[in-house]
Amino acid sequence: MKVLYSLGAVAVLAALGWLGGAVAGLRGLFGIVLPYAAIAAFLAGLAWRVIRWANSPVPFRIPTTSGQQRSLGWIKSGWLESPWTTLGVIGRMALEILLFRSLFRNTQAQLREGPKLVYAESKFLWLGALAFHWSFLVIFLRHLRFFLEPVPGCVLSLQDLDGFFQVGAPVLYVTDVVIGAALLYLLARRLFAAQIRYISLATDYFALFLLLGLAASGILMRYFTKVNILEIKRLAMGLVTFTPVVPQGIGSLFFMHLFLLSVLVAYFPFSKLAHMAGVFLSPTRNLANTNRMKRHVNPWNYPVKVHTYEEWEEEFHDKIKAAGLPLERE
Amino acid sequence: MAEATPKAEQLVQIDYRPPARDWMDPAVEFRRGTFCYSATPKNLHYLGLPSPREWHPYENDWKLPADWREIILAGMKERLGRFRSFRLFMDICVRCGACADKCHFYIGSGDPKNMPVLRAELLRSVYRRYFTTAGRLLGRLAGARDLTEDVLKEWFYYFYQCTECRRCSVFCPYGIDTAEVTMMGRELLNLVGCNINWVMEPVANCFRTGNHLGVQPHGFKDSIDFAVDELAEITGIRVEAPINKKGAEVLFVVPSADYFASPHYYTLLGYLMLLHEMGVDYTFSAFASEGGNFGLFTSHELIKRLNAKIYAEAKRLKVKWILGGECGHMWRVLHQYMDTMNGPADFLEEPVSPVTGTRFDNARSTKMVHICEFTADLIHHGKLKLDPTRNDKWRVTFHDSCNTARAVGLFEEPRYILRAVSNHFFEMPENTIREQTFCCGSGSGLGTDENLEMRLRGGLPRANAVRYVKEKHGVNLLTCICAIDKATLPALMDYWVGGIEVAGVHELVGNALIMQGERRTTDLRGEPLPGKEA
Repeated sequence: MKVLYSLGAVAVLAALGWLGGAVAGLRGLFGIVLPYAAIAAFLAGLAWRVIRWANSPVPFRIPTTSGQQRSLGWIKSGWLESPWTTLGVIGRMALEILLFRSLFRNTQAQLREGPKLVYAESKFLWLGALAFHWSFLVIFLRHLRFFLEPVPGCVLSLQDLDGFFQVGAPVLYVTDVVIGAALLYLLARRLFAAQIRYISLATDYFALFLLLGLAASGILMRYFTKVNILEIKRLAMGLVTFTPVVPQGIGSLFFMHLFLLSVLVAYFPFSKLAHMAGVFLSPTRNLANTNRMKRHVNPWNYPVKVHTYEEWEEEFHDKIKAAGLPLERE
Repeated sequence: MAEATPKAEQLVQIDYRPPARDWMDPAVEFRRGTFCYSATPKNLHYLGLPSPREWHPYENDWKLPADWREIILAGMKERLGRFRSFRLFMDICVRCGACADKCHFYIGSGDPKNMPVLRAELLRSVYRRYFTTAGRLLGRLAGARDLTEDVLKEWFYYFYQCTECRRCSVFCPYGIDTAEVTMMGRELLNLVGCNINWVMEPVANCFRTGNHLGVQPHGFKDSIDFAVDELAEITGIRVEAPINKKGAEVLFVVPSADYFASPHYYTLLGYLMLLHEMGVDYTFSAFASEGGNFGLFTSHELIKRLNAKIYAEAKRLKVKWILGGECGHMWRVLHQYMDTMNGPADFLEEPVSPVTGTRFDNARSTKMVHICEFTADLIHHGKLKLDPTRNDKWRVTFHDSCNTARAVGLFEEPRYILRAVSNHFFEMPENTIREQTFCCGSGSGLGTDENLEMRLRGGLPRANAVRYVKEKHGVNLLTCICAIDKATLPALMDYWVGGIEVAGVHELVGNALIMQGERRTTDLRGEPLPGKEA
């Protein structure tokens, strides 16, 4: 049901996008108003999200230590896995964000006869996730050619690199293949691995279908149907220079692509996709394991009711005395 | 209870296929052996905690306060504003499932709600319903659930079926720490008086007497004296073990099980020998007679309330710094909470080993040193005369305790010690040690006998790894530096493995330590030493 709801929702959105291109009177709305609204929602939404996270303090220093602490000088300590310097923390975060360090540890537990528990290497999730995120980033950067004039050399180089294999005309981008495969893998996991299906919510499928729709419409445009690149660039430049023009003769497929993107962008801050920003704030990763070296201050540390020594001595006075232990008050 | 526990062959028939029923429909069956009993009202009264009452998890009516829902939601709101971890971890999970089979309770039970992701979703679904727009509008479609009594019962069942071991957080790409989620869940449950006696009784005891077991000052003195007498018999040397001695250099704080339970007790003997032999000027405190802190399994406020006595005693006794014994969650509190909660300890001095002169730089703010750090430093400087052959009957492996591993990063110190005091040390497989270590299954206050089946299930991965080294290397001794481990691993080993003893690291130190003027024919367990048989 969750799968169908999500698939249905994305299909309706795609159809709406298509309609936005097909009906002349809607092109302004779908080509200009909604993209602007989506960007605004993205920026405002993400800022609100991050501010809300940041407004909750970090009362305690709670890094998850995945390596040896810094203690005695002659013991080799894990400067990345249990960092005690800012550089170490930056390194740990960089590994996490750029290479998905923690996911790389993934194993699969199997209970065999015996009983014998085996932890098998399981790198596919890591690979699929890394492939998807990096492809998405490259594709995003490639798209800058629509928004910048002249197109910066680095964007063109990236584009050349992405089309390195020089297959087909127009040249096939590696990332287009990879992102499709990665998304299908991530979807297949959710659909066919019983445990993952059990934990999946409608929103998990929705994000995947939305991304798949976005990628598919882009791929269709590039390799299979003709689109008017010049008109698209004119629209894109108009949007970024705040002199938008209603585009002509672009085709409905493009509007579908643009609308799905608008939805993704607007949906982003209000969904689990906000993990992109959230990972930077994760207290188990971005804090140094300097707990006993430097005092961490809790802004709301309030006084609590404690049992004092004096109260304790008073209650057990005679027993303490009988045991021959020293007393504060005889 | 014991006769109700299934046999190992039955228990290991674990079905990992998720049920047909959607997880969002709450359904908990309080089956004997898989949950802990509720806290008795006297303990809550003593501590001044809300809603003390007679109730039982397996009964239909939990006698919740009339406005329980409002209390919980207000409590959630307050905590979302106080803990970034909580707010963030409610928002950013993508349900990738990497954590699923990292939990010992999931591996041992197959219950999908023991996957860390779903354990957190139990709370997240309520968060979405009351604190997010999408959840308010779309309800179930957005993964949101109403907070009902059944949902609360599910919280109770599953948040007291998590040992806050943090193993999942090692694997989570965003570092989401289920321990944080469980701690919040338990704090909320505590607001409406839903807590377990195996946690609340020690907390109440500790608040009153200074230790979890409720040992009063004269009892504490007796236990220590008894240990001194026993050591005199074993070694021919009468050590000093001062209590509440003002002006000592070091305050020594140990978990209360060390002086009241077995096999912890042999570790205590080890400490006493070591500190005597090194001539350390130290004192115990009969008031700060507990390093452990079951407040950690209750609420942040209770951590602070129980922890306060350690610095207070250090100040009163005018010591220079504090040494801490072998304990797991105690060290999570000392390492990650004490200084923030009850510091700054500006009345103490930066710890320096009186024997080697080593400055414990890593403890310069908190001023509290782990005994393994202390001992490893002694060995490194050649200050201890050790005869590892005295431990030759043991083929040793080491279990990293969750908290010293994933909250402190204390991996090498105990291993360094073990290699120095024994000739036969073997590591368990790498997926089961260090930061990937598996919990004993009984941590965070769940080590009670009425919960035995769940403990055995949760302990399966640890036990299985021990079995592996037993079969491969003939391992017969599981060492650890955690009082809860020492209390619960023996039963776990007997159930799943057999022929494995459990010991603290400092028991082996004590065995191997050659004391000046000693006359020894037995090890600390009273068994003959090789070549010294009478």
